[in-house]
Amino acid sequence: MPSLSQTQGSFARALLDPSDPAPQDVRRPAGADATAPQTRRFDIYRNNVAVAAIDALGETFPAVRALVGEEFFRATARAYLTQSPPRSPLLFRYGATFGDFLQTFPPAARSVPYLADVARFEFARLQAFHAPDAAPLSIAALGEIDPARVASVTFSVHPSVSLSRSGYPVVSLWAASTGLMTSDQVDMGRAEDGLVVRPHLQVDSHILPPGGGPFLAALIAGKNLATAAEAGGAAVPDFDLSTHLAGLFETGAIAGVLPPPADSVQPNAAPRAGL
Amino acid sequence: MSKTSKAFTAASIAGAVALAVTAASTIATPAHAQAKEKCYGISLAGQNDCAAGPGTTCAGTSTVDYQGNAWTLVPQGYCAKYGVDKANAEFDLPGDRVGSLEPLDRDLPSS
Amino acid sequence: MHQAKTMDHIASGMPPRAGVSLKPQHYHEILEKGPDVGWFEVHAENYMGAGGAPHHYLSQIREIYPLSVHGVGLSIGAAQPLDEDHLARLKAVTDRYQPELVSEHLAWSTHQDTYFPDLLPVPYSEETFQRVADHIDQVQEFLGRRILLENPASYLAFESSTIGETEFLSRLAKTTGCGLLLDVNNVMVSATNLGYAPEAYIDAFPVDHVGEVHLAGHAPDRDETGAEVLIDAHDRQVADCVWALYRRALGRLGPVPNLIEWDVDVPAWATLFAEGQAAQRVMDEAARTTDAEPVLEARRA
Repeated sequence: MPSLSQTQGSFARALLDPSDPAPQDVRRPAGADATAPQTRRFDIYRNNVAVAAIDALGETFPAVRALVGEEFFRATARAYLTQSPPRSPLLFRYGATFGDFLQTFPPAARSVPYLADVARFEFARLQAFHAPDAAPLSIAALGEIDPARVASVTFSVHPSVSLSRSGYPVVSLWAASTGLMTSDQVDMGRAEDGLVVRPHLQVDSHILPPGGGPFLAALIAGKNLATAAEAGGAAVPDFDLSTHLAGLFETGAIAGVLPPPADSVQPNAAPRAGL
Repeated sequence: MSKTSKAFTAASIAGAVALAVTAASTIATPAHAQAKEKCYGISLAGQNDCAAGPGTTCAGTSTVDYQGNAWTLVPQGYCAKYGVDKANAEFDLPGDRVGSLEPLDRDLPSS
Repeated sequence: MHQAKTMDHIASGMPPRAGVSLKPQHYHEILEKGPDVGWFEVHAENYMGAGGAPHHYLSQIREIYPLSVHGVGLSIGAAQPLDEDHLARLKAVTDRYQPELVSEHLAWSTHQDTYFPDLLPVPYSEETFQRVADHIDQVQEFLGRRILLENPASYLAFESSTIGETEFLSRLAKTTGCGLLLDVNNVMVSATNLGYAPEAYIDAFPVDHVGEVHLAGHAPDRDETGAEVLIDAHDRQVADCVWALYRRALGRLGPVPNLIEWDVDVPAWATLFAEGQAAQRVMDEAARTTDAEPVLEARRA
């Protein structure tokens, strides 16, 4: 008699590989072909697993699905499932590498090269949906900081924040496929940096203005305000710091401001704000 | 120091911060909100508040979809509107293959 | 006697009324209307994210209604050890919401590091019994509370099974102190698929350990021999044959909290609410009938 571990091992292998026979321990219904590699009964489990995983990907990636159509999406998702089955019972975590998969999956990479970035953007949206709660910081907190020191402050971004830097109009493509924009508003020649943030309950998607991507990337990396401004200025000659700063705070993407390092702080200078 | 870093002196940053703080306090009026939209990209907020993502269920399914069968290689959906690199030969399929069916042979069922 | 048996039922704060699945598309309507529903059940895994709308709404609804947390991913029937990270996530949910009931399945879904999003069957052997009993002990000790274990919906059986399913569940309950969740639709699905009488299963079920009943819709299909196969789809109304089986079970159970499960093609709130009311009526009618005809007790196996 096979051990429980052996039975589950062969069951597990056969679930994801239609060419693998069902475990020998499986009882066939009376009248079934005893020489067939498996019975339709086992196929029910195989089907349940595949459909549940593909449906989960379809819910996580509605824009990808809309962009390529249901048939292509399900076939692509099935290929992904074979290569990267779920590792966690939390299905909202499934698909973290779907964008990477699409980038190298020949049928998608060749005809819809922007699909991978749209997938990464959508996955970031779902993770933002489930991210920890945190109150966005009001920009008024910056007014409390000693102007002589403000160039050295760093920020903590909201835990839901994700920056998508793309050579394609990733946010517009997402928005068009979900009906928030019309397809003729999508400028395929435009590269977009997208910001995903969930300041309260709703997940917001923003297209960052030119220079906003490098600026936010530097802040996320823990660079101080001056360094981040330089990163924005390096990308856009007329980078306007006050506009970018006000805009970023307005999205709710900033959750806290951290005082400058101790060696540059005078007593009572930089109050800690936010979280 | 680089050229760009000179543009962001401590004084100019302090001035930009002060302006941002001041401007933010007046943004609440509709006119300013509109201006903000223009200067900081489009906000697409408020449309997807119940996008809970995949719910875990303990249900089976009668939809049959577990075999990697021959399938349409050409995406069928919205993407047709977004021709990318049409001018780029790399993405240009040979004429007789456009719109054709091409099975993915590594994912075929065994029976 | 029936009265004595009802007192033996698994004690919980859950009222012996009809509850329904809580789905995100109904959050707003439930909070606006405050419908007269006995209680709600959620899948634990859907509330294992850190924050956001799921917790925001469940917290509000939980303040108003009794709650059951139903896990679908712990893989209690796996040969391998339980995923302690997942167990900790489950405890975070039960600690936060303090549900009246917590339940899981007699099934497995994880092997090595792969999660199969389904409830997979186990052979009913002594080896499986020991493994599952150990896992239930571990879960109940870690959570600091009793759990209910649900009978599975099966599409196949194993040659190596040596113990009947009702006996297997009965022994688990006695050995670990866990309660049982009797899914009446699963009984109909498994009995049809494996070729036994669902009535006999109900009559043999260890009703004293039952703390909750599930009702759901199933989808009919055929296998390669042409035999009828039922799929536990949770995508439609409860079938007439399942209502009939539930009435039979009520004759033995007495009033136990029951739940309408609807997870796929979730309908408008009014439809789900009506299905819950139908379950409440069946329970109420059975209570009157059973009071009048305690002779039903004689059917105990």
